[in-house]
Amino acid sequence: MSLLDDYAQIVGSDVIDHLRQLTRPLAGAKLVHVNSTRTGGGVAEILNKLVPLTRELGIDTHWEVISGESEFYECTKGMHNALQGNRIPLSDRLLGVYEDTNAHNAETLRPTLEDADFVFIHDPQPAPLLKYCTNRKGKWIWRCHIDASHPYRPVWKYLYPFVAPYDASVFSLAAFSQEMQHPQYLIPPSIDPLSDKNIEVEPDTIREVYTKYNIDPERPVIVQVSRYDRFKDPVGVIHAYHMAKRFLPSLQLVLAGGGAADDPEGEAVLSEAEAAAGGDPDIHVLLLPADANLEINAFQRIADIVLQKSIREGFGLTVTEAMWKGKPVIGGDVGGIRLQVVNHHTGFLVNTPEGAALRIRYLLHQPGKIKEMGEKAHAYVRDNFLITRHLREYLTLMVAHLSGAQDRIEVK
Amino acid sequence: MTDQQPETPPTETNLFSIKDCALVALATGKKTRQLKEFAKDLAGIDTASIYHHFWGGLLQPRFEEREYNNDFAAWVRHGIHDGVLAEQLAALDPTTFPDIELLRQEIIDLVDTRLDEAEYLAWARATQQFEFIRSQIVVFDTGKQLQKPEELAGEMASLSTSSIFYHFIDARRRTSDGYDDFTDWLASFGGEYETLREQLIGIDPYFSSLSELREQLVRLFSTHFPEVSS
Repeated sequence: MSLLDDYAQIVGSDVIDHLRQLTRPLAGAKLVHVNSTRTGGGVAEILNKLVPLTRELGIDTHWEVISGESEFYECTKGMHNALQGNRIPLSDRLLGVYEDTNAHNAETLRPTLEDADFVFIHDPQPAPLLKYCTNRKGKWIWRCHIDASHPYRPVWKYLYPFVAPYDASVFSLAAFSQEMQHPQYLIPPSIDPLSDKNIEVEPDTIREVYTKYNIDPERPVIVQVSRYDRFKDPVGVIHAYHMAKRFLPSLQLVLAGGGAADDPEGEAVLSEAEAAAGGDPDIHVLLLPADANLEINAFQRIADIVLQKSIREGFGLTVTEAMWKGKPVIGGDVGGIRLQVVNHHTGFLVNTPEGAALRIRYLLHQPGKIKEMGEKAHAYVRDNFLITRHLREYLTLMVAHLSGAQDRIEVK
Repeated sequence: MTDQQPETPPTETNLFSIKDCALVALATGKKTRQLKEFAKDLAGIDTASIYHHFWGGLLQPRFEEREYNNDFAAWVRHGIHDGVLAEQLAALDPTTFPDIELLRQEIIDLVDTRLDEAEYLAWARATQQFEFIRSQIVVFDTGKQLQKPEELAGEMASLSTSSIFYHFIDARRRTSDGYDDFTDWLASFGGEYETLREQLIGIDPYFSSLSELREQLVRLFSTHFPEVSS
């Protein structure tokens, strides 16, 4: 059975038919995605499945990854944080490394990129590649996964000349878009229901996770899965746990995070979280390897409630994953979390550790609500945030560009 | 060879092709937190954006009935916190405007009138930003073609909500008389289906979700063609 057949069983054959119809005008097209890491983080996860799925539809699809030295990642991490609103000036030296690294990567990638009909450049790391591919023949799309609603202006001003010449850009939410001359598509990301992170997990695996991490299956568990990043506010989650614990002494907290190859700040934030946990045996601060997908999956299934108390968030795929597993989510009232967590239906939006603690207490006193919200959350993801919808919108964008970006596109 | 004449095959023009659609949203880059600025942006915004803010919501997921049937009214209520203007904007029914330019002008007139009435609204800053969005529509051919309206009675219940959107909502900006595709098709049979056609025209699409609209259509076609639906 093909990959597309597998998806048809989950989303319905009409959804797959739509994808096939959209692919027809793209016959013979070559598509290249470029980002800065093959493992860790939401972008790599999406591309890991989007690329084979697009290939199976018959589009010649490639995934290229740029690489650089530690100073390059230091610069792009700063840029990432600045786009999310932190006032982080970037030195001329670091910006020089950023441009040199892109120029160096362009030397290798140029033949592939200039030959492609469509190039999707993900996030700011590889954005200058376009400048170094002067003989490009295809359409270039800048895909910004970051909450750039209130960017630190000097950094955005620096980045703008690199992204403005693209043929289109893609943002996850309208709030993240910027004044630009080219079309700005609004395409939320998605999860893959067939990936290790989201498939059904054997009861044995669940039992192993309970045992391995010394978690009591008889007591309530709240879980936050995310990188150790200040914007994910792991310390705020621990504060919320402490406040709820006064009323629910049996409560357990799992913070499960991996590192990403392009994130040099993770270690410091992990140390802060460990310090905030203060040796409480019911708080499990875990640094998991990038390939611990089944364990992450198991943690989300073990959870009574999942938290994603971010203070800035591009989209929050861990929210989507938890909802797919039928869990209500208590999420920060920011970015893409707002698109997924519908207050009182799929979870609760909160602004503070106090708000999170209150909702933890509320839900753990209302097991019926946990079940009801979890069921709604699963259906909501099935209808809106699976990879097939994501791919449909990328294909639509590509077809629209072939058709001169008209408002109405008819495919046979 | 028999004496019986073969039935005249349906002509291409009489065939009804069932289509489906998907919308993909685009940011216009216009965002505002002030009513005055909103009116200024609205005056220059693409008509596709006005259309999107009135009808695009039908294809968006939701758990509750929409409080207001267009995004402008919802923003004025929950961003600007002005109940008066919100109600006036919510009462606008796009189906009663011959074109979107007239609808645009009516919204601007309402906003300007309200700004004259309540001076504080000229400088009030919204608690939520309004983002002007437009959409592109991608239309798919399902490959299904119908020869007679009786067949539509059998198919209606299985149409996707996005197909209902295409044939019953989107059609209003495509068809010459501004009705839906079903009504248009029935007219091609002369007066044969006039009663059904009139009843279809009588369905107000503005206050129903797409699945409710589909139920209404199923009921209507079942009543007219009980032999098909039974």
